[in-house]
Amino acid sequence: MAEGDSEVRWDGLCSRDPSTRETALESIRQTVLRKTEDLRWGREAPLRPPDGLSPPAASLDGLNRLLAHLLMLSKRCPFKDVREKSEFILKSVQELGIRIPRPLGHGPSRFIPEKEILQVGSEDAQMHSLFADSFAALGRLDNITLVMVFHPQYLESFLKTQHYLLQMDGPLPLHFRHYIGIMAAARHQCSYLVNLHVNDFLHVGGDPKWLNGLENAPQKLQNLGELNKVLAHRPWLITKEHIEGLLKAEEHSWSLAELVHAVVLLTHYHSLASFTFGCGISPEIHCDGGHTFRPPSVSNYCICDITNGNHSMDEMQVNSAGNVSVSDSFFEVEALMEKMRQLQECRDEEEASQEEMASRFEIEKRESMFVFSSDDEEVTPARDVSRHFEDTSYGYKDFSRHGMHVPTFRVQDYCWEDHGYSLVNRLYPDVGQLIDEKFHIAYNLTYNTMAMHKDVDTSMLRRAIWNYIHCMFGIRYDDYDYGEINQLLDRSFKVYIKTVVCTPEKVTKRMYDSFWRQFKHSEKVHVNLLLIEARMQAELLYALRAITRYMT
Amino acid sequence: MEKMSRVSTALGGGALTGRTMHCHLDAPANAISVCRDAAQVVVAGRSIFKIYAIEDEQFVEKLNLRVGRKPSLNLSCADVVWHQMDENLLATAATNGVVVTWNLGRPSRNKQDQLFTEHKRTVNKVCFHPTEAHVLLSGSQDGFMKCFDLRRKDSVSTFSGQSESVRDVQFSIRDYFTFASTFENGNVQLWDIRRPDRCERMFTAHNGPVFCCDWHPEDRGWLATGGRDKMVKVWDMTTHRAKEVHCVQTIASVARVKWRPECRHHLATCSMMVDHNIYVWDVRRPFVPAAMFEEHRDVTTGIAWRHPHDPSFLLSGSKDSTLCQHLFRDASQPVERANPEGLCYGLFGDLAFAAKESLVATESGRKPYAGDRRHPIFFKRKLDPSEPFVGLASSALSVFEIEPGSGSMSWFVDTAERYALAGRPLAELCDHNAKVARELGRNQVAQTWTMLRIIYCSPGLASATNLNHSVGKGSSCGLPLMNSFNLKDMAPGLGSETRLDRSKGDTRSDTVLLDSSATLLTNEDNEETEGSDVPADYLLGDVEGEEDELYLLEPEHAHAEEPEYVLPQEAFPLRHEIVDTPPGPEHLQDKADSPHVSGSEADAASMVPVDSSFSLISVSHALYDSRLPPDFFSALVCDMLRFYAEQGDVQMAVSVLIVLGERVRKDIDEQTQEHWYTSYIDLLQRFCLWNVSNQVVKLSTSRAISCLNQASTTLHVNCSHCKRPMSSRGWVCDRCHRCASMCAVCHHVVKGLFVWCQGCSHGGHLQHIMKWLEGSSHCPAGCGHLCEYS
Repeated sequence: MAEGDSEVRWDGLCSRDPSTRETALESIRQTVLRKTEDLRWGREAPLRPPDGLSPPAASLDGLNRLLAHLLMLSKRCPFKDVREKSEFILKSVQELGIRIPRPLGHGPSRFIPEKEILQVGSEDAQMHSLFADSFAALGRLDNITLVMVFHPQYLESFLKTQHYLLQMDGPLPLHFRHYIGIMAAARHQCSYLVNLHVNDFLHVGGDPKWLNGLENAPQKLQNLGELNKVLAHRPWLITKEHIEGLLKAEEHSWSLAELVHAVVLLTHYHSLASFTFGCGISPEIHCDGGHTFRPPSVSNYCICDITNGNHSMDEMQVNSAGNVSVSDSFFEVEALMEKMRQLQECRDEEEASQEEMASRFEIEKRESMFVFSSDDEEVTPARDVSRHFEDTSYGYKDFSRHGMHVPTFRVQDYCWEDHGYSLVNRLYPDVGQLIDEKFHIAYNLTYNTMAMHKDVDTSMLRRAIWNYIHCMFGIRYDDYDYGEINQLLDRSFKVYIKTVVCTPEKVTKRMYDSFWRQFKHSEKVHVNLLLIEARMQAELLYALRAITRYMT
Repeated sequence: MEKMSRVSTALGGGALTGRTMHCHLDAPANAISVCRDAAQVVVAGRSIFKIYAIEDEQFVEKLNLRVGRKPSLNLSCADVVWHQMDENLLATAATNGVVVTWNLGRPSRNKQDQLFTEHKRTVNKVCFHPTEAHVLLSGSQDGFMKCFDLRRKDSVSTFSGQSESVRDVQFSIRDYFTFASTFENGNVQLWDIRRPDRCERMFTAHNGPVFCCDWHPEDRGWLATGGRDKMVKVWDMTTHRAKEVHCVQTIASVARVKWRPECRHHLATCSMMVDHNIYVWDVRRPFVPAAMFEEHRDVTTGIAWRHPHDPSFLLSGSKDSTLCQHLFRDASQPVERANPEGLCYGLFGDLAFAAKESLVATESGRKPYAGDRRHPIFFKRKLDPSEPFVGLASSALSVFEIEPGSGSMSWFVDTAERYALAGRPLAELCDHNAKVARELGRNQVAQTWTMLRIIYCSPGLASATNLNHSVGKGSSCGLPLMNSFNLKDMAPGLGSETRLDRSKGDTRSDTVLLDSSATLLTNEDNEETEGSDVPADYLLGDVEGEEDELYLLEPEHAHAEEPEYVLPQEAFPLRHEIVDTPPGPEHLQDKADSPHVSGSEADAASMVPVDSSFSLISVSHALYDSRLPPDFFSALVCDMLRFYAEQGDVQMAVSVLIVLGERVRKDIDEQTQEHWYTSYIDLLQRFCLWNVSNQVVKLSTSRAISCLNQASTTLHVNCSHCKRPMSSRGWVCDRCHRCASMCAVCHHVVKGLFVWCQGCSHGGHLQHIMKWLEGSSHCPAGCGHLCEYS
């Protein structure tokens, strides 16, 4: 990947100045054509032999990478001129008799039909500027962005935060940041994020040796492995001893500021991995598995296409299944709304006793352990992602099931707004503010719609989801009646939430389809935003509390 | 425990006595409140709710209000308040959203009086009306404030904060109907209790949540607010718009703020995170707290002054499960430990600074060269420890005076103006600069220049290369170098200086005794170095007579002509040596083709004057070809430059750097060069030597420096007709579609240099006006003005 980048300079394309882009494109075109010519001359042997045998494989490989990148640009660049020109270059290469790639899969998400997702080029002004920002910063529009753009307000804050965390001033060097991102994503076997950040990591000058596994990274990063593991799966076990171990490791010790930066990055990527799986984000077009050079043919389905249920036939089945139960699911929405109304009204009348309130939380906490989906279909871990972390067996463990008694975390004693924010902002200035904004937007985002209904106050539902996730992590709000969760969230929804938050790698399209069947995709993405932000906050709270305890 | 000092204050009838003390609670406290009689305090937290009596020596637990075996969330208190009119009345705010009132007068063990379950989320604050017995106000996370009448079962009125969480509510002490509320989004609202529909006033007080507020006990309009943004602000609410009158910047988010009784400008604050101390600030001195209490080991969650008219007792509760009484007299006063520190230049270059005494003492021991005669500026240190800083930690004030006479920097200005840095052959530059230095009485510098000339381009050496089979001559170039190294080894630290002194001595043909240890060597070396030095001396003498008037002219030339001809070049980045020769000295070059050069045809410099656009590069290349590798000297020269720079004469370092150009540049690292350049340019600009500084910038080869010229070179123009800024192009106004600057001679638009008369403001193309003025001195526009151009 690195060599392809070194030959061609893509960064000119990120410019906002059309003429700069024009120049950059022209030079890319010439490079591509030159390589193509080279290849053709090399090939000008008797007859064109079948693919892969003739020319020096390396140069073909290099060209293919270029073409894949061009393909990505032709589909995903927010600038129209770049899209058109890239396509033109691809066409002209094709005319020279070179096989060009085509995108594989069906748009940015495997769960959401492509037609539902905003096409690049048809966005409005606000979204366009978001896209342009994102493209300018990263040189790509990733699939996550394209799915999140359902909620532009959130996306803006998300991109700003991510940009700050990865590229702006901070205590950690750039390659450390990407490496920590890789470590965090690898905990959930999220090959999508790992691939993205492996590229970025190399791009900012990271040592490729580190990518062979955590044991090849500096001792300092290896020390972080334990925190990463605990944070991802059992954040409630973090103690100040963990923090102390990191801060007092002689020459490998972390500074407090660095640690906070690392913790924010870890939590960010843990939750982003949840989003990736929760929304079934497809591989990027220019990354492995995002494109193919094989011509489309009817009999040539990719295996993964079928397993992921993206086969058109599959889709039909799902649709027909949906049709069968359309009345059911219609009633689902109605019932949910009715419940919300009831809760709203009878709240004052029905007064639960203190003990009951307390036990409701415990029940919900306990029950959340058992809502695991029955189908334990093992998703094969994507290529060698596993080498980025050790101890694969360490996963989410439900605390009550294993007889561990974990004291409930009272949010009134340590909450983000009062405590977490101050700590983060003190040690890593401005980031507290950015994350705070992001939480705020995610928590308060609403369009006052529910499926086909308009003007609905969804705050109760949103709060139930948020608190349910925190409940799974043992975080309790004194002022919340956990009975509401049971009323508002049905089982399939709980299964989905639980899976996305705790074991995102096990999410399947079936799970995604089976909850809230009448709801729009944008609403399901909205749910995912709530999930990832709540998860991030929960992890942050535990980590920051430990840091605070260490400091006092 | 040694703080046994006891204080008793007479207040009206009773007297308060006590000492600094603390007692251990069973659980972390969230809030405290004091009874009206100043003898009891209530502590509330998640799992504690007790009343303590404050006795002289200790706190005594008086009552536990948590009764019953079952823990109830209603008792998990976020806030507690004791009624200031009724000793029996208490109210608590529970984390589950319940507001509870307590009546200590009840005969049963359970003192719980009423339960209001109207808030849906945590209640952050409760507040009794200061004078009304039955009015209670609460503010909650759900964004509502509710006013309760304790005689009724539910709230009297509800105030909506538009779904922003309420963090604090406080009744005004002076205005019967007014209360203030603070919000998580940074706003503060003022409400009239009779008008629940909308707030009276709203303003944004902080960036991020406002955690607390407190009305001033005496000043009617003053409200103090504290927020997550680490600020305490004091607002004057009497004016039409709330006006910020004071602002205190603390080091952590402000959780509570309480005005100190009887002290108009004092307030106490505590923080929610990280910082465990309680501070008392004088709002007029917002940088250093007036007092600091450091007893707590975890964050302080509640503070209260014990009596509304006694400023010396402060009570506090903390997460570390202690309840403390602090005596103001026992507080630590950071001011005592804060040294006044400062540094300032006087009008005549005197320098004064104040710092901690111990620091100054060590510093003075470390500066032996304060009396160094070679220093351009002399400082005499006058220690003045008796400077009065009453009541503060004392600092030593040191004043450095410039020694009379040496303070003048005229040599710097003269040198800067008269040095020639480029545009002529190296040899001439060196000679000229040496002459300038000598005229200013800076012999050492003059000798250095001479040496440089000898090293890099003296004909003597040139001939040496011609005859380089002659061993004796060859070694004569080498020996001075060896010599200096030797000296350096013998007298480390002085090495570079002695070397320079030596070169001085050489040319004067004195037998200078530098050092007893070096005597032997110097004597020997003198003989040999003289051999090479003499020709240089001779040459100098030769050149002086002829070039005197030529070179003295030069600075004026640069002055007069630069604005006209050189200015346009500034727009282009000058990355290479010197691409263009300033035309000024050009016509002098025939004469400047000095005799000594013509003598040696091997020297490339002799070919130079013919070429009108010669550059230093060409010279240096030519020299390279025909001479000993100058690398041989470069280490020496670099050492010399560093020596000058370290001595404070960065002017010399930079001048030599520029004059020698490629010859030495590569041996000095980029950063050092940049550092020198910036220092020199900075100095030049301080002496208003804009032209010289600009020339230096232009001649510099460092990217960072030559960029200086290109920064902020935009000129913004306004249209002369409509007076609006012309944004797109500089010569046509977008609005009135007229050309702005017409040439009065040719009536075309001027797109380049526009010159105009300041008398009548008519003008035009530079060439046209110049031509016009040759024929007539009247304005070409026909306005009748007798134009004057400088």
